[in-house]
Amino acid sequence: MSETGLPILQNGLGRTQRRDAWWVEIIPVVIVLGGFGVYATFRALENGFYDPRLYGFVSPYLSPFYSPLIDGQHHWLPQWLSPAFLILGGPAGFRATCYYYRKAYYRAFFLDPPACAVGDRGHKSYKGETAFPFILQNLHRYFFYLALVFLAFLWYDVVLAFNWHGHFGIGVGTIIMLINIICLSLYTFSCHSFRHLVGGKLDCFSCTAVNRQRHGAWKDVSALNGRHMLFAWISLFSVGLTDLYVRLVCTGVITDLKIL
Amino acid sequence: MADAVLHVFRGDKDGGQAKEYRVPVAPGMVVLDALHYIQGHIESDLAVRWNCKAGKCGSCSAEVNGRPRLTCKTRMDALPQDKPITVSPMKTFPIIKDLVTDVSWNYEVNKKIPPFTPKPGVEWKMYQEDVDRVQEFRKCIECFLCQDVCHVLRDHDKKESFGGPRFFVRVASLEMHPLDNVSRTKLLKDELGVGLCNITKCCTEVCPEEIHITDNAIIPLKERVVDEYYDPLLRLVRKIRGAPQP
Repeated sequence: MSETGLPILQNGLGRTQRRDAWWVEIIPVVIVLGGFGVYATFRALENGFYDPRLYGFVSPYLSPFYSPLIDGQHHWLPQWLSPAFLILGGPAGFRATCYYYRKAYYRAFFLDPPACAVGDRGHKSYKGETAFPFILQNLHRYFFYLALVFLAFLWYDVVLAFNWHGHFGIGVGTIIMLINIICLSLYTFSCHSFRHLVGGKLDCFSCTAVNRQRHGAWKDVSALNGRHMLFAWISLFSVGLTDLYVRLVCTGVITDLKIL
Repeated sequence: MADAVLHVFRGDKDGGQAKEYRVPVAPGMVVLDALHYIQGHIESDLAVRWNCKAGKCGSCSAEVNGRPRLTCKTRMDALPQDKPITVSPMKTFPIIKDLVTDVSWNYEVNKKIPPFTPKPGVEWKMYQEDVDRVQEFRKCIECFLCQDVCHVLRDHDKKESFGGPRFFVRVASLEMHPLDNVSRTKLLKDELGVGLCNITKCCTEVCPEEIHITDNAIIPLKERVVDEYYDPLLRLVRKIRGAPQP
C-alpha cells in the first residue's frame, strides 16, 4: 500500500480520469458535420449543376440542395444570389435544432461537455438553452413543420425523376433520389417533437377514442424515434451524396445509366 | 490468483489523494468486493457506502476508471488489468470521507416537487397503455449517477437553479400519470431549470437501470414547457379557447 499522489479530480476542460479514448467519439462528428457544412455552402455558392437537363443531358433530376427551385432562371433573383440560399435555412434549421444533433454538436464543437465525465470549460455563466441563441432550440417543432413542406417537394422531385420525356423511366439517379427521400422521411418522422405532437403530450391514452388512435401513432413514432440518431446520419449522407451524384452527372464526370 | 492494483481515493472535504492497494482477484469479483477486501484485510477505516450488493439500492455509486458506476455491478474482469484501477467518489457531491459523498442536496430538490395529486373523486382505474411510460421511470434506484455525470451540476455547479436528470425523471413520472391533476411545467422551467439541460445524454449513458432518461423524460418535458411558454400558435389557441395562460 502506498500513496499515489493522485489528488481528487479538479475542474477544467478535458480533465478526466477516463482511460478510454473518449475523444474518438467527437472526431467523426467534427469531420462529417463540419465537412457537410463546408460542402453544402460550396454547393449553394456554386449556383449551378443542380439539373442535368440544363447541361444537355436527359436525366430528369433536381439536386435536393436546390429543391424547391425558386427562380432558377434568375428573372427576379439577382444573378449573384443562388436560389439554394432561399431554401437551405429550412432543412439547416431543422437539423440544427434537432435533439440528436444538439447532443452531437454541443459535444463536438462546443465541448460542453466533450464527453461524459470529461471536464468542460466549467464557466459559471453557463445558461444552456435558457438564453439567446440557444433558447431558439425551442422552435424545433416549427422547423419540423417546415421540413414537412420540403419533404413534399422532394417526394414530388422523385416522382418527376421517373418521368423521362413523358415516359416512365428509371435511371441510377432515380434510385438514388428514392433512397434519399426514404432516408429523409425516416429522419423527419422519427423527430422528438413529432413524437410529442402526435401523442406524447397526452397524459391519458385510454380516455377517448381519438387518444387511443394517437397512442397507436405515438407507439409507431416512438419505435422510429429509437433510431433517430441512425436516421440523422444516414439521411445526412444520403442528401449529400444525392447532390454529389447530380453534380457529377451535370458536369459530365459520370454518365447516368438508364436502367429502364 | 492474479492481483489487481487499485488506486482508491482516501480523504475528506479538506483534501486527499489516491492510495494504492493490491487485491487478489477471484472469479466473478466486482469492484465493491475489492473495496471490501481492502476494508477486511488492509485498511479497515476505508469508508464505502453500500447496502444490497445487487444493483438495487443505489448506494455504492462511485467513479471507476473515471466513469460513474455502481461498484457492485462493475466486474473486475471487465476492467483492463494492465493499469491500476482508479476508484474515486462522485465528483459532483461534497466528500464526507473516502468514497462516501453527501448527496443530501438531492433530497432538498425532491421537496420542491408537488407530489402525486389526483382530481377529487377520480375513478381509480388505469389501463396498462397509460402507465407504461411511468413504469419505466419507477425503475429509478436513486443512485444519483445521472446527477454525478450531468455537466450542468458536475462542471457548472448549478445546484441552485437546476434539478438534474433524476428529478426530471420524477417529474415526468408525475406529469405523465393519467390520474395526476397538477401541472409542474412552471416548476420545471423556473426552479428545476430544464432549459439548462443541453441534451448531451450522459445521464442516459450511465443509468444502471437503463432508463431512457433523455429521450423519454427530459425531451418530453422540454416539449411540454415549449407547449406552455414558447409556442406562439398554442398560446393563440389557448387565448381563443379562453384557456388560462401559464
